[in-house]
Amino acid sequence: MTRLIDLAAILRSKNAGPLFVTFDVIFDNQKNYERVKKSGVLTKELIADIYDVDANNVSIIMYHIVTSLKITIPRKEISGSILDADIYGCQQHVPLSNVMIP
Amino acid sequence: MKIVSLNGLLGYGYSIESLEKIKAMDIDYIGVDGGSSDPGPFYLGNGTSFTNRDAVKRDVELVLPYAVERKIPLIIGTAGGSGGNAHVQWMREIIEEIAKEQGLGLKIAIIQSEVTKEYVREKMCVGKIKNIGPGLELTREIIDQCNRIVSQIGIDPYIKALESDADVILAGRSCDTAIFAAPAIKAGMDWGLAFHMAKIIECGALCAIPMAAADMIVADIEKESFTLEPANPVRRCTIERVAAHTMYEQTNPYYIYEPDGIIDLKKSQYEQISNRAVRISNSKFREAGIKTLKLEGTMLVGYRTITIAGINDPMTIKRIDAIFSEVKEFIAGNMAGKIGSDEYTITLRKYGEALPGSIPQSIPNCNLGIILDVVAKSQDIANTICALARARLLHKDYQGRKSTAGNLAFPYSPSDIVCGPVYTFGIYHLAEVDDLCETSEINYVKVGE
Repeated sequence: MTRLIDLAAILRSKNAGPLFVTFDVIFDNQKNYERVKKSGVLTKELIADIYDVDANNVSIIMYHIVTSLKITIPRKEISGSILDADIYGCQQHVPLSNVMIP
Repeated sequence: MKIVSLNGLLGYGYSIESLEKIKAMDIDYIGVDGGSSDPGPFYLGNGTSFTNRDAVKRDVELVLPYAVERKIPLIIGTAGGSGGNAHVQWMREIIEEIAKEQGLGLKIAIIQSEVTKEYVREKMCVGKIKNIGPGLELTREIIDQCNRIVSQIGIDPYIKALESDADVILAGRSCDTAIFAAPAIKAGMDWGLAFHMAKIIECGALCAIPMAAADMIVADIEKESFTLEPANPVRRCTIERVAAHTMYEQTNPYYIYEPDGIIDLKKSQYEQISNRAVRISNSKFREAGIKTLKLEGTMLVGYRTITIAGINDPMTIKRIDAIFSEVKEFIAGNMAGKIGSDEYTITLRKYGEALPGSIPQSIPNCNLGIILDVVAKSQDIANTICALARARLLHKDYQGRKSTAGNLAFPYSPSDIVCGPVYTFGIYHLAEVDDLCETSEINYVKVGE
């Protein structure tokens, strides 16, 4: 088992407009990309669980051109609302980083 | 045709090397994105820019005389950071100041793209307002509360303005892509390629190695493809970087959603044509049956006062949630009859705690950073509640307490910081439109001579 961040070359989160946070997991080799893809670990249900959102609102897209995957979830707090703590959403990646991949 | 993107955001800076390089090229247009909603709702709400005036002025004053002399239109979108009328005016004054200082005579096409509450109400009445995501439902009350609403215009108003002989196109809130796609589409280029190009270069040299939002990129668009090359010789574009940038801050890496339709990137071809340049082809545009414009509106929700402090005592850190609950109860009781608990929101933000999903490890003795955050109906109430909470938190006693002199380490005097008005996004929705120019107005002004 290896943490997702140890397999990825880039693992980042960023706001996509004020309503969504999007995660880019970019691999620098086909082997790691295929390993994560074939593991089947990264499901909408898992993302929904670790980020406490509705699985129906989770989007996961494989982007083969740069051996990467993109995950998008709705923000729990809209950008800049009274309880929001990360306007740019760029520090939301850590729970995803720690997902274990067989 | 060659289009230069000055940088990722007007006011972020660019290198003089890049400026000298583009001066030696045959450039048709220079564009730059002047804003973003990324820094949150305050700036649209407050009518001020998150970019710095002197830094914005620097970026314009170095390039403007060259652009005017060579008759290269300078296109600035989402002026003043948020693109409201007040923001456009702010940017206009900077340009006029530069023109005066440098003795430049120029014509500015000013595109305003604010909309009225009445416009949004009418759209809602006829069912032409659509949600973008969960969590933000539009109601009549929200529209009433909004203090400023802008529309993200697409290419149409830009093309109209470009048909004049304006030296500068200064536009309010815009799709980032419109700034760069409009001149290419006006020149008859393929829509799919024009928008894909625009999507990449609107961030300046962020798609290059070393990546930089603070430098220029040059796009050369032809009938069948476009080529990207950083102006600064120290940077280069690679297929991986450019393709990776296409997915940046988008919800979907294969589609770009525009007012006119969708750009389909599933079959896009990337080709490394030199050490520093990438050529892209086969990006396709699909026209939408219903055209839409994105609306952004902000509303004032209160006024904020905060206190920043550290807690070093492990006994206090362990009990902090219980202590804070008691502080809230104390304030409610203490101010009963004077300030209702519905007149403010008080939050304790804690920094330095273990995150959910973190891997257990032994943590050395460390301190906890806190922000006592109060948002209230008025600044006076926010100041009062913050002062009471700060004093109570500082001196709150608890079972077994040994450090009885105080619970908080304040880094600053004064401890309480007045932050002013707080805005939130009330509107972030799509409006279906019959005419993509219906939210904008173009005026032409002459400066200097």
